[in-house]
Amino acid sequence: MSKDQATSTPFTKGLGFFVLLGMLLLIILGIFVSPADVNQGESVRIMYAHVPGAWLAYLAFIVTAVSSAAYLWKRTRSLTWDRIAGASAEVGVLFMGISLVTGSLWGRLTWGTYWTWDARLTTTAFLFVTYIGYLAVRGLGGTHQQRARRSAVLALLAVLEIPLVHFSVEFWNTLHQKASVAGRGTNVEMNGLMLFTLFLGVVVFTLMYVWLVLHRQRSLMLEDMLDDSGLDNALNERRAEATRVGN
Amino acid sequence: MTSQQRLTGTTVIGTARLIAAKDLRVELRSRVLLNQVLPFALIVMVMFAFALDSDAVLERVAPGLVWLAALFSTLIMVSRSFAVETADGALDQLRSAGVPAMGIFIGKMMALMAQLVVLVTLLIIAAIVLYRAELSWSGSVLLVTTGLTATCGLAAVGTLYGGLAAGAKGRETLLPLLLLPVVAPVLIGATRATESAFGTRGVSTSQGWPWLGLLAVFAVLFSVSGAVALGPLLDD
Amino acid sequence: MDDLGFIVASYVITFGSVALYARGMMRRARKAARDIPREKRPWL
Repeated sequence: MSKDQATSTPFTKGLGFFVLLGMLLLIILGIFVSPADVNQGESVRIMYAHVPGAWLAYLAFIVTAVSSAAYLWKRTRSLTWDRIAGASAEVGVLFMGISLVTGSLWGRLTWGTYWTWDARLTTTAFLFVTYIGYLAVRGLGGTHQQRARRSAVLALLAVLEIPLVHFSVEFWNTLHQKASVAGRGTNVEMNGLMLFTLFLGVVVFTLMYVWLVLHRQRSLMLEDMLDDSGLDNALNERRAEATRVGN
Repeated sequence: MTSQQRLTGTTVIGTARLIAAKDLRVELRSRVLLNQVLPFALIVMVMFAFALDSDAVLERVAPGLVWLAALFSTLIMVSRSFAVETADGALDQLRSAGVPAMGIFIGKMMALMAQLVVLVTLLIIAAIVLYRAELSWSGSVLLVTTGLTATCGLAAVGTLYGGLAAGAKGRETLLPLLLLPVVAPVLIGATRATESAFGTRGVSTSQGWPWLGLLAVFAVLFSVSGAVALGPLLDD
Repeated sequence: MDDLGFIVASYVITFGSVALYARGMMRRARKAARDIPREKRPWL
């Protein structure tokens, strides 16, 4: 058994190959081949990395919420759902962190500012922090079932929280005049190649997400098993000790 | 309604009343709210004045500061409310004795809300005294309604997330991270409503009422989900 | 082209962080796999 087979299978290896190939193609198309935008100029190239990343982050959190619900529902209760939720949230936090950074770089070029208090941006930041908290709760300890139940309830509460935050920020914004954003226009007029590049980005990021979640979910399972066996070993040692003392 | 349902209904309310009374009695005896939390909230208000260093600015931001100080104090009070329960494994014993989780939730929420009302009242008086906020009669009706709705929402969320992290190691540092993002709508809504109650920047009182709707939606949503979710959270 | 730095930075941050995360994840998985027998892994 080669040791690099920890969580990989022929399928994930093939998938990983396609992801690398797609990434390369995306970089070539995004940075070199695709044209500059009429309004935005060269800065539109950030879009091909930013938009798919943000979209995948949202998808990851939807997957977390759905698998959390699947865990809480008695008929489908299984720690596999919990691990999928955890893996997806972790990958989602990664993608969301990335897209917040690339988004503010893009915003700096197009709006002339790194950040605006727009409802979508603010909600995204809140989602990011909420899921960092979610990951922290997963790390609180206790039994696997305790972890699963706590985090599943938290993931469903986030589904409740996020629309409320979005709505209240939007309501807040409509009553205050928005800071006027200077800079180049933000409209992007897409031609065929630009659309194709964006589409490719979404495909590549989706495959990347699947690859990451598959691996992460498996490695979470390994870590859970390790916890269990660690507990078994400790118990056996105790028992051995007790019999020694008894003799 | 079957007798079974009526029985559960009364036990939930009975439990809630008992738990709330117990929490408030613990509070009255230990005086943590009076001797620690209220002074903390006041010193926060004074420190804001040092940091902002201008009467005009203070008057302008007084409503926001009231609610920020209220949020920070809520964090302390929620930690405290569940530290009392988990210290001697009291929560586990309540659950294993078959006490309904919904009753525990409602009781703890009511006790927390009562303490928060005292706290917010004090903070508003502090804003009037220290920051020269002005309150009209029509404004005070809005302010009282806002205060009650917002504290109800805060108490619900606080009890829910406090129960979630109860008994886990490192919950003191985790609770603010979990709780603050969730209560953002309360901060926004209560601050705007208080601004119109105080007439800050010439905002009229009538403009505050829509924000009260937001606060009410928040309070209802989290009260209901807390009453439902605390059971599965505490079960083991 | 002033924007070049920003554009390159976005791509580097995006793919760089994913690569770093993936590397850390694989490393932890391998470490955990050392003590778990092969037949206990349902995906193999």
